[in-house]
Amino acid sequence: MDTMSTTPSIATQVGAANMSTAASHNGKVTARDVNVYYGDKHALKSVSVDIPDRSVTSFIGPSGCGKSTFLRCINRMNDTIASCRVTGKIEIDGQDIYDPSLDVVQLRARVGMVFQKPNPFPKSIYENVAYGPRIHGLATSKSELDEIVNASLEKAGLWKEVKDRLQESGTGLSGGQQQRLCIARAVAVGPEVILMDEPCSALDPIATAKVEELIDELRQNFCIIIVTHSMQQAARVSQRTAFFHLGTLVEEGKTTDIFTKPLDKRTQDYITGRTG
Amino acid sequence: MNEHIVRSYEDELALLDKKIAQMGGLAEHNLGQSFDALERRDPRIAEAVINSDRMIDALQREIEDQVISMIARRQPMANDLRHVMAALRVTGDLERIGDLAKNIAKRALAIAHESHPKPLISGFRHMVELALRQLKDVLDAYAARDAVRAMKVWSEDTRIDAMYNSIFRELLTYMMEDPRNIGLSTHLLFGAKNIERVGDHTTNIAETVHYMVTGTSITDDRPKLEQVGS
Repeated sequence: MDTMSTTPSIATQVGAANMSTAASHNGKVTARDVNVYYGDKHALKSVSVDIPDRSVTSFIGPSGCGKSTFLRCINRMNDTIASCRVTGKIEIDGQDIYDPSLDVVQLRARVGMVFQKPNPFPKSIYENVAYGPRIHGLATSKSELDEIVNASLEKAGLWKEVKDRLQESGTGLSGGQQQRLCIARAVAVGPEVILMDEPCSALDPIATAKVEELIDELRQNFCIIIVTHSMQQAARVSQRTAFFHLGTLVEEGKTTDIFTKPLDKRTQDYITGRTG
Repeated sequence: MNEHIVRSYEDELALLDKKIAQMGGLAEHNLGQSFDALERRDPRIAEAVINSDRMIDALQREIEDQVISMIARRQPMANDLRHVMAALRVTGDLERIGDLAKNIAKRALAIAHESHPKPLISGFRHMVELALRQLKDVLDAYAARDAVRAMKVWSEDTRIDAMYNSIFRELLTYMMEDPRNIGLSTHLLFGAKNIERVGDHTTNIAETVHYMVTGTSITDDRPKLEQVGS
Protein backbone atom coordinates (compact mmCIF):
# COMPACT_ATOMS: atom_id res chain seq x y z
CA MET A 1 0.00 0.00 0.00
CA ASP A 2 0.53 3.00 1.38
CA THR A 3 -2.83 4.60 1.89
CA MET A 4 -1.33 7.35 4.02
CA SER A 5 0.97 8.57 1.29
CA THR A 6 -1.94 9.48 -0.99
CA THR A 7 -2.96 12.22 1.42
CA PRO A 8 0.24 13.62 2.88
CA SER A 9 -1.31 16.60 4.62
CA ILE A 10 -3.90 14.45 6.38
CA ALA A 11 -1.36 11.81 7.35
CA THR A 12 0.80 14.50 8.91
CA GLN A 13 -2.13 15.58 11.04
CA VAL A 14 -2.65 12.02 12.22
CA GLY A 15 1.01 11.77 13.16
CA ALA A 16 0.99 15.04 15.00
CA ALA A 17 -2.06 14.01 17.01
CA ASN A 18 -0.50 10.72 18.08
CA MET A 19 2.81 12.38 18.93
CA SER A 20 1.21 14.88 21.26
CA THR A 21 -0.49 12.12 23.25
CA ALA A 22 2.76 10.19 23.47
CA ALA A 23 4.55 13.17 24.96
CA SER A 24 1.77 14.02 27.39
CA HIS A 25 2.55 11.38 30.02
CA ASN A 26 5.49 11.08 32.36
CA GLY A 27 7.33 7.80 32.41
CA LYS A 28 7.56 5.61 35.49
CA VAL A 29 10.04 3.62 33.47
CA THR A 30 12.06 5.57 30.92
CA ALA A 31 14.40 3.99 28.41
CA ARG A 32 16.84 5.97 26.30
CA ASP A 33 18.79 4.53 23.40
CA VAL A 34 18.82 1.00 24.82
CA ASN A 35 20.82 -1.55 22.83
CA VAL A 36 21.20 -5.22 23.69
CA TYR A 37 23.79 -7.58 22.20
CA TYR A 38 23.94 -11.34 22.65
CA GLY A 39 27.55 -11.86 21.63
CA ASP A 40 27.70 -10.47 18.08
CA LYS A 41 23.96 -10.44 17.65
CA HIS A 42 22.41 -6.98 17.95
CA ALA A 43 19.10 -8.02 19.51
CA LEU A 44 17.68 -4.65 20.50
CA LYS A 45 18.42 -1.47 18.61
CA SER A 46 18.27 1.97 20.16
CA VAL A 47 14.98 1.67 22.02
CA SER A 48 13.67 4.82 23.68
CA VAL A 49 10.29 4.86 25.36
CA ASP A 50 8.43 6.28 28.38
CA ILE A 51 6.19 3.82 30.20
CA PRO A 52 3.57 5.46 32.44
CA ASP A 53 2.74 4.47 36.01
CA ARG A 54 -0.64 3.01 37.01
CA SER A 55 -1.44 1.71 33.59
CA VAL A 56 -0.85 -1.35 31.45
CA THR A 57 1.58 -1.16 28.54
CA SER A 58 1.76 -4.10 26.17
CA PHE A 59 4.68 -5.09 23.98
CA ILE A 60 3.71 -6.87 20.78
CA GLY A 61 5.64 -8.14 17.79
CA PRO A 62 6.66 -11.33 16.02
CA SER A 63 8.90 -13.93 17.69
CA GLY A 64 12.47 -12.71 17.97
CA CYS A 65 11.52 -9.03 17.63
CA GLY A 66 13.17 -8.08 20.92
CA LYS A 67 10.09 -7.48 23.07
CA SER A 68 10.99 -10.08 25.71
CA THR A 69 14.64 -9.00 25.58
CA PHE A 70 13.58 -5.44 26.37
CA LEU A 71 11.21 -6.60 29.11
CA ARG A 72 14.07 -8.52 30.73
CA CYS A 73 16.25 -5.40 30.70
CA ILE A 74 13.81 -3.67 33.03
CA ASN A 75 14.63 -5.90 36.01
CA ARG A 76 18.11 -6.79 34.74
CA MET A 77 17.25 -10.43 34.10
CA ASN A 78 19.66 -10.23 31.16
CA ASP A 79 22.52 -9.91 33.65
CA THR A 80 22.27 -13.67 34.13
CA ILE A 81 23.25 -14.28 30.50
CA ALA A 82 27.03 -14.13 30.20
CA SER A 83 27.20 -13.08 26.53
CA CYS A 84 24.61 -10.33 26.99
CA ARG A 85 25.63 -6.68 26.89
CA VAL A 86 23.25 -3.76 27.50
CA THR A 87 24.01 -0.14 26.59
CA GLY A 88 21.93 3.01 26.98
CA LYS A 89 19.91 4.10 29.97
CA ILE A 90 16.88 2.72 31.78
CA GLU A 91 15.49 4.67 34.71
CA ILE A 92 12.73 3.97 37.18
CA ASP A 93 11.48 7.17 38.80
CA GLY A 94 14.63 8.85 37.50
CA GLN A 95 16.98 6.31 39.08
CA ASP A 96 19.40 4.58 36.71
CA ILE A 97 18.81 0.83 37.21
CA TYR A 98 22.16 -0.04 35.59
CA ASP A 99 24.05 2.07 38.15
CA PRO A 100 26.84 -0.25 39.41
CA SER A 101 26.11 0.69 43.01
CA LEU A 102 22.51 -0.45 42.70
CA ASP A 103 21.51 -3.64 44.57
CA VAL A 104 20.01 -5.94 41.93
CA VAL A 105 18.12 -7.98 44.53
CA GLN A 106 16.42 -4.79 45.73
CA LEU A 107 15.71 -3.83 42.13
CA ARG A 108 13.94 -7.13 41.52
CA ALA A 109 11.78 -6.53 44.57
CA ARG A 110 10.72 -3.22 43.02
CA VAL A 111 10.26 -4.82 39.61
CA GLY A 112 8.35 -8.08 39.89
CA MET A 113 8.04 -10.62 37.12
CA VAL A 114 5.45 -13.16 36.06
CA PHE A 115 6.40 -15.77 33.48
CA GLN A 116 4.68 -17.59 30.66
CA LYS A 117 4.44 -20.89 32.48
CA PRO A 118 3.17 -20.67 36.04
CA ASN A 119 6.14 -21.59 38.21
CA PRO A 120 5.07 -21.84 41.85
CA PHE A 121 7.70 -23.13 44.27
CA PRO A 122 7.11 -26.75 45.29
CA LYS A 123 5.95 -25.47 48.66
CA SER A 124 2.64 -24.63 50.28
CA ILE A 125 0.44 -21.87 48.92
CA TYR A 126 1.24 -19.85 52.03
CA GLU A 127 4.99 -20.31 51.65
CA ASN A 128 4.90 -19.34 47.98
CA VAL A 129 3.62 -15.91 48.93
CA ALA A 130 5.47 -15.56 52.25
CA TYR A 131 8.87 -16.39 50.78
CA GLY A 132 9.59 -12.98 49.22
CA PRO A 133 8.47 -10.79 52.14
CA ARG A 134 10.46 -13.01 54.51
CA ILE A 135 13.79 -12.80 52.62
CA HIS A 136 13.33 -9.07 52.09
CA GLY A 137 12.53 -8.65 55.80
CA LEU A 138 9.18 -7.00 55.16
CA ALA A 139 7.46 -8.55 58.18
CA THR A 140 8.60 -8.44 61.81
CA SER A 141 6.13 -10.99 63.14
CA LYS A 142 4.13 -14.01 62.10
CA SER A 143 0.92 -12.00 62.23
CA GLU A 144 2.40 -9.31 59.96
CA LEU A 145 3.50 -11.96 57.51
CA ASP A 146 0.02 -13.54 57.65
CA GLU A 147 -1.37 -10.12 56.86
CA ILE A 148 0.86 -9.70 53.80
CA VAL A 149 0.03 -13.20 52.51
CA ASN A 150 -3.66 -12.59 53.02
CA ALA A 151 -3.58 -9.17 51.33
CA SER A 152 -1.49 -10.41 48.41
CA LEU A 153 -3.77 -13.36 47.73
CA GLU A 154 -6.70 -10.96 47.99
CA LYS A 155 -5.11 -8.60 45.45
CA ALA A 156 -4.48 -11.55 43.14
CA GLY A 157 -8.13 -12.54 43.38
CA LEU A 158 -7.20 -15.92 44.82
CA TRP A 159 -7.99 -15.54 48.53
CA LYS A 160 -11.54 -16.90 48.41
CA GLU A 161 -10.42 -19.97 46.46
CA VAL A 162 -7.48 -20.93 48.68
CA LYS A 163 -8.12 -19.51 52.15
CA ASP A 164 -9.05 -22.93 53.55
CA ARG A 165 -6.07 -24.74 52.08
CA LEU A 166 -3.11 -22.42 52.54
CA GLN A 167 -0.92 -25.32 53.66
CA GLU A 168 -1.58 -27.38 50.53
CA SER A 169 1.02 -27.42 47.79
CA GLY A 170 0.97 -24.54 45.28
CA THR A 171 1.63 -26.99 42.48
CA GLY A 172 -1.70 -28.69 43.20
CA LEU A 173 -3.66 -25.67 41.99
CA SER A 174 -5.08 -25.37 38.48
CA GLY A 175 -2.97 -23.60 35.84
CA GLY A 176 -4.94 -20.35 36.14
CA GLN A 177 -4.80 -20.45 39.93
CA GLN A 178 -1.06 -21.15 39.81
CA GLN A 179 -0.57 -18.09 37.60
CA ARG A 180 -2.56 -15.93 39.99
CA LEU A 181 -0.49 -17.41 42.83
CA CYS A 182 2.63 -16.25 40.98
CA ILE A 183 1.07 -12.80 40.67
CA ALA A 184 0.30 -12.82 44.41
CA ARG A 185 3.94 -13.80 45.02
CA ALA A 186 5.12 -10.87 42.88
CA VAL A 187 2.73 -8.45 44.60
CA ALA A 188 3.75 -9.62 48.11
CA VAL A 189 7.11 -7.83 48.09
CA GLY A 190 5.47 -4.48 47.31
CA PRO A 191 6.77 -3.89 43.80
CA GLU A 192 6.22 -0.73 41.78
CA VAL A 193 6.52 -2.33 38.37
CA ILE A 194 5.20 -5.76 37.36
CA LEU A 195 6.57 -7.38 34.21
CA MET A 196 4.52 -10.15 32.62
CA ASP A 197 5.94 -12.32 29.88
CA GLU A 198 3.01 -13.94 28.06
CA PRO A 199 1.23 -14.65 31.35
CA CYS A 200 -1.84 -16.24 29.74
CA SER A 201 -0.42 -18.27 26.89
CA ALA A 202 -0.67 -21.51 28.89
CA LEU A 203 -4.17 -20.78 30.20
CA ASP A 204 -7.68 -21.57 28.96
CA PRO A 205 -10.03 -18.67 28.08
CA ILE A 206 -11.77 -18.60 31.48
CA ALA A 207 -8.49 -18.56 33.41
CA THR A 208 -7.21 -15.96 30.92
CA ALA A 209 -10.24 -13.77 31.58
CA LYS A 210 -9.62 -13.99 35.33
CA VAL A 211 -5.98 -12.97 34.92
CA GLU A 212 -6.98 -10.12 32.60
CA GLU A 213 -9.54 -8.91 35.14
CA LEU A 214 -6.79 -9.08 37.75
CA ILE A 215 -4.39 -7.09 35.55
CA ASP A 216 -7.06 -4.44 35.10
CA GLU A 217 -7.46 -4.14 38.89
CA LEU A 218 -3.72 -4.14 39.57
CA ARG A 219 -3.13 -1.21 37.25
CA GLN A 220 -4.73 1.07 39.86
CA ASN A 221 -1.57 0.61 41.92
CA PHE A 222 1.20 -0.61 39.66
CA CYS A 223 3.01 0.07 36.43
CA ILE A 224 2.34 -3.11 34.45
CA ILE A 225 4.18 -4.17 31.33
CA ILE A 226 2.96 -7.21 29.48
CA VAL A 227 4.47 -9.10 26.57
CA THR A 228 1.80 -10.93 24.62
CA HIS A 229 1.41 -12.76 21.34
CA SER A 230 -2.32 -12.25 21.47
CA MET A 231 -3.17 -8.95 19.88
CA GLN A 232 -6.70 -9.22 21.17
CA GLN A 233 -5.26 -9.50 24.66
CA ALA A 234 -3.09 -6.43 24.14
CA ALA A 235 -6.15 -4.60 22.83
CA ARG A 236 -8.24 -5.74 25.80
CA VAL A 237 -5.92 -5.14 28.74
CA SER A 238 -3.53 -2.33 27.88
CA GLN A 239 -3.82 1.41 27.68
CA ARG A 240 -0.66 1.77 25.61
CA THR A 241 0.92 -0.58 23.10
CA ALA A 242 4.43 -0.78 21.72
CA PHE A 243 5.18 -2.70 18.53
CA PHE A 244 8.64 -4.23 18.11
CA HIS A 245 10.05 -5.55 14.85
CA LEU A 246 13.54 -6.90 14.10
CA GLY A 247 14.94 -5.44 17.29
CA THR A 248 13.55 -1.94 16.88
CA LEU A 249 10.63 -0.23 18.60
CA VAL A 250 8.62 0.68 15.53
CA GLU A 251 5.71 2.46 17.11
CA GLU A 252 4.31 3.18 20.57
CA GLY A 253 1.03 4.89 21.36
CA LYS A 254 -2.44 4.68 22.80
CA THR A 255 -3.74 1.13 22.35
CA THR A 256 -6.87 2.36 20.58
CA ASP A 257 -4.77 4.29 18.08
CA ILE A 258 -2.38 1.41 17.44
CA PHE A 259 -5.24 -0.99 16.71
CA THR A 260 -7.41 1.37 14.68
CA LYS A 261 -4.95 3.68 12.94
CA PRO A 262 -1.33 2.64 13.28
CA LEU A 263 1.10 5.07 11.66
CA ASP A 264 3.71 2.62 10.47
CA LYS A 265 3.10 0.16 7.66
CA ARG A 266 5.03 -2.56 9.52
CA THR A 267 2.67 -2.22 12.51
CA GLN A 268 -0.33 -2.36 10.22
CA ASP A 269 0.91 -5.43 8.37
CA TYR A 270 1.61 -7.25 11.63
CA ILE A 271 -1.64 -6.52 13.44
CA THR A 272 -3.80 -7.18 10.39
CA GLY A 273 -2.03 -10.46 9.60
CA ARG A 274 -0.42 -9.41 6.33
CA THR A 275 2.86 -10.61 4.92
CA GLY A 276 5.50 -8.00 5.76
CA MET B 1 -1.08 -3.24 0.04
CA ASN B 2 0.34 -6.55 1.12
CA GLU B 3 -1.99 -9.52 1.13
CA HIS B 4 -3.25 -11.27 4.22
CA ILE B 5 -1.46 -14.45 5.17
CA VAL B 6 -4.91 -16.09 5.41
CA ARG B 7 -6.19 -15.92 1.85
CA SER B 8 -9.88 -16.45 2.68
CA TYR B 9 -9.74 -13.24 4.75
CA GLU B 10 -8.51 -11.38 1.68
CA ASP B 11 -11.32 -12.94 -0.36
CA GLU B 12 -13.95 -11.87 2.16
CA LEU B 13 -12.76 -8.25 2.12
CA ALA B 14 -12.79 -8.29 -1.69
CA LEU B 15 -16.31 -9.75 -1.67
CA LEU B 16 -17.44 -6.96 0.65
CA ASP B 17 -16.22 -4.33 -1.82
CA LYS B 18 -17.79 -6.20 -4.70
CA LYS B 19 -21.16 -6.10 -2.95
CA ILE B 20 -20.79 -2.40 -2.12
CA ALA B 21 -19.98 -1.70 -5.78
CA GLN B 22 -23.00 -3.74 -6.86
CA MET B 23 -25.26 -1.96 -4.40
CA GLY B 24 -23.88 1.44 -5.40
CA GLY B 25 -24.46 0.63 -9.07
CA LEU B 26 -28.07 -0.31 -8.35
CA ALA B 27 -28.67 2.83 -6.29
CA GLU B 28 -27.28 4.99 -9.10
CA HIS B 29 -29.36 3.17 -11.69
CA ASN B 30 -32.58 3.45 -9.69
CA LEU B 31 -32.06 7.13 -8.98
CA GLY B 32 -31.53 7.86 -12.67
CA GLN B 33 -34.52 5.70 -13.64
CA SER B 34 -36.80 7.29 -11.08
CA PHE B 35 -36.19 10.66 -12.69
CA ASP B 36 -36.76 9.20 -16.15
CA ALA B 37 -40.07 7.83 -14.91
CA LEU B 38 -40.98 11.30 -13.70
CA GLU B 39 -39.84 13.11 -16.81
CA ARG B 40 -41.38 10.68 -19.31
CA ARG B 41 -44.44 10.01 -17.16
CA ASP B 42 -43.85 6.33 -17.67
CA PRO B 43 -45.42 4.08 -15.03
CA ARG B 44 -43.52 1.00 -16.23
CA ILE B 45 -40.16 2.55 -15.42
CA ALA B 46 -41.51 3.67 -12.06
CA GLU B 47 -42.73 0.14 -11.26
CA ALA B 48 -39.35 -1.30 -12.23
CA VAL B 49 -37.57 1.06 -9.83
CA ILE B 50 -39.97 0.20 -7.02
CA ASN B 51 -39.44 -3.53 -7.59
CA SER B 52 -35.68 -3.45 -7.88
CA ASP B 53 -35.34 -1.59 -4.58
CA ARG B 54 -35.81 -5.02 -2.97
CA MET B 55 -32.46 -6.07 -4.43
CA ILE B 56 -30.78 -3.11 -2.77
CA ASP B 57 -32.37 -4.04 0.56
CA ALA B 58 -31.28 -7.66 0.14
CA LEU B 59 -27.69 -6.58 -0.57
CA GLN B 60 -27.70 -4.43 2.55
CA ARG B 61 -28.72 -7.43 4.66
CA GLU B 62 -26.01 -9.55 3.04
CA ILE B 63 -23.35 -6.93 3.71
CA GLU B 64 -24.47 -6.45 7.31
CA ASP B 65 -24.44 -10.20 7.91
CA GLN B 66 -21.00 -10.51 6.40
CA VAL B 67 -19.57 -7.65 8.48
CA ILE B 68 -20.98 -9.13 11.69
CA SER B 69 -19.59 -12.52 10.79
CA MET B 70 -16.16 -11.06 10.00
CA ILE B 71 -16.02 -9.14 13.27
CA ALA B 72 -16.92 -12.32 15.17
CA ARG B 73 -14.55 -14.65 13.35
CA ARG B 74 -11.60 -12.50 12.29
CA GLN B 75 -11.49 -9.59 14.74
CA PRO B 76 -10.32 -7.14 12.07
CA MET B 77 -7.70 -4.62 13.15
CA ALA B 78 -6.44 -1.25 11.92
CA ASN B 79 -7.21 -0.62 8.23
CA ASP B 80 -9.21 -3.87 8.06
CA LEU B 81 -11.36 -2.72 10.95
CA ARG B 82 -11.91 0.64 9.30
CA HIS B 83 -12.69 -1.17 6.05
CA VAL B 84 -15.47 -3.37 7.47
CA MET B 85 -16.92 -0.51 9.54
CA ALA B 86 -16.91 1.69 6.44
CA ALA B 87 -18.73 -1.01 4.47
CA LEU B 88 -21.34 -1.21 7.23
CA ARG B 89 -21.90 2.55 7.16
CA VAL B 90 -21.84 2.91 3.38
CA THR B 91 -24.38 0.13 2.94
CA GLY B 92 -26.76 2.02 5.23
CA ASP B 93 -26.42 5.22 3.20
CA LEU B 94 -26.88 3.37 -0.09
CA GLU B 95 -30.01 1.67 1.22
CA ARG B 96 -31.45 5.09 2.10
CA ILE B 97 -30.55 6.43 -1.36
CA GLY B 98 -32.42 3.45 -2.82
CA ASP B 99 -35.46 4.31 -0.69
CA LEU B 100 -35.36 7.93 -1.84
CA ALA B 101 -35.26 6.80 -5.48
CA LYS B 102 -38.20 4.51 -4.80
CA ASN B 103 -40.09 7.42 -3.29
CA ILE B 104 -39.49 9.52 -6.41
CA ALA B 105 -40.75 6.61 -8.52
CA LYS B 106 -43.94 6.46 -6.44
CA ARG B 107 -44.47 10.17 -6.98
CA ALA B 108 -43.88 9.64 -10.71
CA LEU B 109 -46.78 7.15 -10.62
CA ALA B 110 -48.98 9.62 -8.76
CA ILE B 111 -48.46 12.41 -11.28
CA ALA B 112 -48.11 10.32 -14.43
CA HIS B 113 -51.26 11.79 -15.93
CA GLU B 114 -50.30 15.43 -15.39
CA SER B 115 -48.16 17.50 -17.72
CA HIS B 116 -45.10 19.19 -16.21
CA PRO B 117 -43.94 22.71 -16.79
CA LYS B 118 -40.76 22.39 -18.91
CA PRO B 119 -38.42 24.80 -17.10
CA LEU B 120 -39.10 23.11 -13.78
CA ILE B 121 -38.32 19.67 -15.04
CA SER B 122 -35.10 20.87 -16.63
CA GLY B 123 -33.92 22.37 -13.31
CA PHE B 124 -34.83 19.07 -11.69
CA ARG B 125 -32.79 17.20 -14.30
CA HIS B 126 -29.66 19.25 -13.56
CA MET B 127 -30.04 18.49 -9.91
CA VAL B 128 -30.40 14.75 -10.52
CA GLU B 129 -27.42 14.73 -12.88
CA LEU B 130 -25.27 16.45 -10.29
CA ALA B 131 -26.44 14.10 -7.53
CA LEU B 132 -25.66 11.12 -9.76
CA ARG B 133 -22.20 12.44 -10.58
CA GLN B 134 -21.47 13.03 -6.91
CA LEU B 135 -22.67 9.53 -6.05
CA LYS B 136 -20.54 7.98 -8.78
CA ASP B 137 -17.49 9.96 -7.65
CA VAL B 138 -17.86 8.94 -4.04
CA LEU B 139 -18.28 5.27 -4.99
CA ASP B 140 -15.14 5.53 -7.11
CA ALA B 141 -13.35 7.19 -4.19
CA TYR B 142 -14.45 4.28 -1.97
CA ALA B 143 -13.19 1.70 -4.47
CA ALA B 144 -9.88 3.55 -5.01
CA ARG B 145 -9.39 4.42 -1.31
CA ASP B 146 -9.06 8.04 -2.40
CA ALA B 147 -9.64 10.45 0.49
CA VAL B 148 -8.87 13.52 -1.61
CA ARG B 149 -11.53 12.65 -4.15
CA ALA B 150 -13.99 11.93 -1.34
CA MET B 151 -13.32 15.34 0.16
CA LYS B 152 -14.03 16.97 -3.19
CA VAL B 153 -17.45 15.31 -3.23
CA TRP B 154 -17.97 16.38 0.36
CA SER B 155 -17.34 20.04 -0.34
CA GLU B 156 -19.37 20.16 -3.55
CA ASP B 157 -22.66 19.20 -1.98
CA THR B 158 -23.46 22.91 -1.58
CA ARG B 159 -24.19 22.99 -5.32
CA ILE B 160 -27.01 20.50 -4.88
CA ASP B 161 -28.34 22.52 -1.97
CA ALA B 162 -28.27 25.65 -4.12
CA MET B 163 -30.20 23.90 -6.88
CA TYR B 164 -32.78 22.68 -4.39
CA ASN B 165 -33.30 26.21 -3.11
CA SER B 166 -33.85 27.53 -6.59
CA ILE B 167 -36.33 24.76 -7.48
CA PHE B 168 -38.14 25.43 -4.23
CA ARG B 169 -38.60 29.10 -5.16
CA GLU B 170 -39.73 28.27 -8.68
CA LEU B 171 -42.31 25.79 -7.43
CA LEU B 172 -43.56 28.29 -4.90
CA THR B 173 -44.08 30.86 -7.61
CA TYR B 174 -45.81 28.28 -9.77
CA MET B 175 -48.18 27.35 -6.97
CA MET B 176 -49.01 30.99 -6.28
CA GLU B 177 -49.83 31.55 -9.92
CA ASP B 178 -52.56 28.93 -9.90
CA PRO B 179 -53.77 26.82 -6.99
CA ARG B 180 -54.49 23.97 -9.40
CA ASN B 181 -50.73 23.53 -9.68
CA ILE B 182 -50.36 22.77 -6.00
CA GLY B 183 -50.82 18.98 -6.23
CA LEU B 184 -48.22 18.49 -8.93
CA SER B 185 -45.85 21.05 -7.42
CA THR B 186 -45.95 19.40 -4.02
CA HIS B 187 -44.95 16.07 -5.53
CA LEU B 188 -42.13 17.73 -7.45
CA LEU B 189 -41.02 19.61 -4.34
CA PHE B 190 -40.81 16.41 -2.30
CA GLY B 191 -38.97 14.80 -5.21
CA ALA B 192 -36.43 17.61 -5.22
CA LYS B 193 -36.10 17.32 -1.47
CA ASN B 194 -35.35 13.60 -1.95
CA ILE B 195 -32.52 14.46 -4.32
CA GLU B 196 -31.18 16.92 -1.79
CA ARG B 197 -31.25 14.10 0.80
CA VAL B 198 -29.38 11.84 -1.65
CA GLY B 199 -26.68 14.52 -1.64
CA ASP B 200 -26.51 14.35 2.15
CA HIS B 201 -26.11 10.56 2.12
CA THR B 202 -23.42 10.98 -0.52
CA THR B 203 -21.50 13.34 1.77
CA ASN B 204 -21.91 10.81 4.59
CA ILE B 205 -20.25 8.24 2.36
CA ALA B 206 -17.48 10.76 1.59
CA GLU B 207 -16.87 11.20 5.33
CA THR B 208 -16.77 7.43 5.74
CA VAL B 209 -14.23 7.08 2.92
CA HIS B 210 -12.09 9.76 4.56
CA TYR B 211 -12.19 7.86 7.85
CA MET B 212 -11.51 4.52 6.19
CA VAL B 213 -8.42 5.86 4.41
CA THR B 214 -6.91 8.16 7.04
CA GLY B 215 -8.24 6.88 10.36
CA THR B 216 -9.49 10.35 11.28
CA SER B 217 -13.00 11.74 11.19
CA ILE B 218 -13.81 15.02 9.54
CA THR B 219 -14.55 17.43 12.32
CA ASP B 220 -15.13 20.57 10.25
CA ASP B 221 -18.70 21.55 9.52
CA ARG B 222 -19.57 21.02 5.92
CA PRO B 223 -20.15 24.31 4.08
CA LYS B 224 -23.91 24.71 4.09
CA LEU B 225 -26.32 27.04 2.41
CA GLU B 226 -29.19 28.49 4.34
CA GLN B 227 -31.86 25.88 3.75
CA VAL B 228 -35.34 26.82 2.71
CA GLY B 229 -38.41 24.73 3.32
CA SER B 230 -36.46 21.90 4.88
